[in-house]
Amino acid sequence: MKRILAVTLPLLASMALVLLLGASLWSIAGSQTPVNLPELLAGKMNESGVNHPVTAVLLNFRSYDTLLEIAVLVIAGITGISMARTASLEDPELRTSDSLLYALQRWFIPLMLLLAGYLLWAGADRPGGAFQAGAVLAGCGVLMRLGGIPLGFLRPGLLLRVGLGLGFAVFLLVAVLSAMAGEAFLAYPPGMTKPLIITIETVLTFSIAMVLLALFVSAPVNDAGAPGEDDS
Amino acid sequence: MITAWLMAGLLFTPLAWAVLCLLLDFSRGRLVSCLGITVQVLVSLGLWVAVAREGGFLYGLGGWEAPLGIELRVDGLAVTFILLTAIVAGACGLHASVYLAPDNAWYRYFWPLFWFLWAGLNGVWLGGDLFNLYVGLELLSLSAVGLVALGGGINALRASLRYLLAALLGSMAYLLGVALMYGQFGTLSIAGIASLLPETQALVGPGMAMALMLSGLALKTALFPLHGWLPPAHGIAKSPVSALLSALVVKASFYIAARLWLEFGHELGSTAVAQLIGGLGGAAVIWGSWLACRQSQLKQVVAYSSVAQIGYLFLLFPLTFAVSDTASLQAQQGMTLQVVSHALAKAAMFLAAGNLILATGSHQVAGLAGVSHFLPFSLFSFGLAGVSLMGMPPSGGFAAKWMLLQASLASGQWWWIVVLVAGSLLSAAYVFRIYQASFVAKTGVDDFYHPPGSLEVIPLLLALMSLGLALVAEPLLSVMALSLETGGAP
Amino acid sequence: MTPSLLYAFAGAGLCGIGMFGFIQLRHLLRKLLAFNLIGSGTFLVLVGLAQHGQGPDAVPQALVLTGIVVSIAATALAIVLIRRYFHLSGHTSLEADDSDSGQGGAE
Repeated sequence: MKRILAVTLPLLASMALVLLLGASLWSIAGSQTPVNLPELLAGKMNESGVNHPVTAVLLNFRSYDTLLEIAVLVIAGITGISMARTASLEDPELRTSDSLLYALQRWFIPLMLLLAGYLLWAGADRPGGAFQAGAVLAGCGVLMRLGGIPLGFLRPGLLLRVGLGLGFAVFLLVAVLSAMAGEAFLAYPPGMTKPLIITIETVLTFSIAMVLLALFVSAPVNDAGAPGEDDS
Repeated sequence: MITAWLMAGLLFTPLAWAVLCLLLDFSRGRLVSCLGITVQVLVSLGLWVAVAREGGFLYGLGGWEAPLGIELRVDGLAVTFILLTAIVAGACGLHASVYLAPDNAWYRYFWPLFWFLWAGLNGVWLGGDLFNLYVGLELLSLSAVGLVALGGGINALRASLRYLLAALLGSMAYLLGVALMYGQFGTLSIAGIASLLPETQALVGPGMAMALMLSGLALKTALFPLHGWLPPAHGIAKSPVSALLSALVVKASFYIAARLWLEFGHELGSTAVAQLIGGLGGAAVIWGSWLACRQSQLKQVVAYSSVAQIGYLFLLFPLTFAVSDTASLQAQQGMTLQVVSHALAKAAMFLAAGNLILATGSHQVAGLAGVSHFLPFSLFSFGLAGVSLMGMPPSGGFAAKWMLLQASLASGQWWWIVVLVAGSLLSAAYVFRIYQASFVAKTGVDDFYHPPGSLEVIPLLLALMSLGLALVAEPLLSVMALSLETGGAP
Repeated sequence: MTPSLLYAFAGAGLCGIGMFGFIQLRHLLRKLLAFNLIGSGTFLVLVGLAQHGQGPDAVPQALVLTGIVVSIAATALAIVLIRRYFHLSGHTSLEADDSDSGQGGAE
């Protein structure tokens, strides 16, 4: 009886959620939005410094969101490496010596690096951008790591921490420098918009890849130096 | 002009210090962080004075205005909470710098997470954009989870996982509500939606959005019966972290819920919903206090007391819905005073509890035997904070509960008075229980560790502030009431 | 009824399935996957609903990109915590051996 109840109740709750959501979606779809944001956006596109509206929203109109989003990524990275123990990075069990993987790597890694670069460059006027490029770059790192290339910079040390924070730090510096120049926080000085956005995107790509890779590397755990049960 | 500098400083400092501390180890991070705390307290104080003098303003980030860009809403309430954050977080930071042992390698990650947490708090107090608030909430939750998990064992990991899952589900429910709101109105600005609401006919969509956002935020605020994640997380974390979480982090999601209710509740709320939320708050007061009386571990007592004190905050919902303007104003003032006084008192209490645990080497309430004889000072701040939680005059807790009581009377909702009185009695019970345990006589030998004086002074100062809050309530409330429209000194 | 609305309705369905999984499942990794399902559903609602009537809207697309990054960060963090927890305790669920009042994350 209890088992049945334990399945039925969540089932009923989720079905109610879907029905209510569906009803409200139907109701919303019947009306026009009173504010037309796409039109406003199209009117301001020439001031944004880039040609693709999504990139313009991400790195200019709502850049504060993006700044905080990168902060969230850095937090995840920090917590990840705070859990990691150095030895696990060198765990021989994690290395494969598969000749097929080696052969594939030789082909894939240059291609993936190229793709990451393309995605970054494409962000200005078509779908693409820092996060996509960073994700591909991180994928590249994951492949290399699985293939047994040690990637020494991923050891929890100064280099890793600089890499984690670099993109965020550059973004933040740009934000505050414009505030010092008398504009609002995060406002780009006129004429500098495009180069600044490109700089930010490039360092962000690098840092995003670092964070994702660091999280991948710190997930496996082993017995070496497990933290003790210390209490406050 | 000066406000522009202050705003930039306020937004920049915590984030910059987070990156800076990431590069340093714990001891150097401690030095740098003390400097950062000073800067941040000064900037917050400056902004508070500026707003108290000249009234609030809107701050468009990146120079873009509301529907397209993100606007921060710098009003009296927001700057008061920013100042409160500066005081409490600063105190917790200073306490942590002595409390945490620098030889543990993973404590180097404490400072970056601490600063990100502070940045998230400021972002939430100022946020005027629904989606930006979501990102701010996530920033807050993830850094809080990171702090709970820091270097911990199985129990800390279990508590932080539970906390993380609850926080993630809460944010997702909130985001789903935001999606519906955007679909309906085409804008994310809270003020924009509030101005469009009266002309909207079909309220099904926004109503559902409101329900989703409120339930998500209630989960994140640990409103009864969604409070299961809070006591393990707040109980297991290091004491300065527990103080930060209990005093400030849970208030952030409540603050958003209250803002949404005050802006949209008029159109989207109903008496039934308001009474339901108030009823859950009342149940939290009783149930949380009752469980606090029954805990065997000292920090669990304090953590369950947080569940109870959060319950009082939710009385705001019934006391501001469909009542006279005076009653509504009193309820809002009671709520803000409760946030401020509970933040100060609970931070003091957790820090004092940390000192007591350090001194006795035991987490149990029973382990306190003999403390009153050898360590009266440590116990004193705990007791002072307890006075404020009980709501005895002249503490801030008393002023807050008095306001809520008056609002209940003015709106004819006498049943909340029962909750207020019962809650105070029960909280007196659990505070006295700690005292009773500490007055039990022990062998005549002082084998306690005596914590350094700086650890003792910080909770004492916080407790004194909470105690004296009622004396400065008048000027504080007049600044909190400064909205954007009414500029100028009162 | 436009095709984009279909995405929104599909998103609502995904939210429901994810919600069921999140409450029902005990295994932490499955819980996390269920959370990701809710997340995907929410993103579909956000993008699909916003473009009813007038063509594509760049703002919700940017919001979803931000949302995806945030949920990737949260998911990765959760996996690190789960693996460490499993390593130390040998349990794959939170309820395995705890004593105190326990729905917590299941709510």
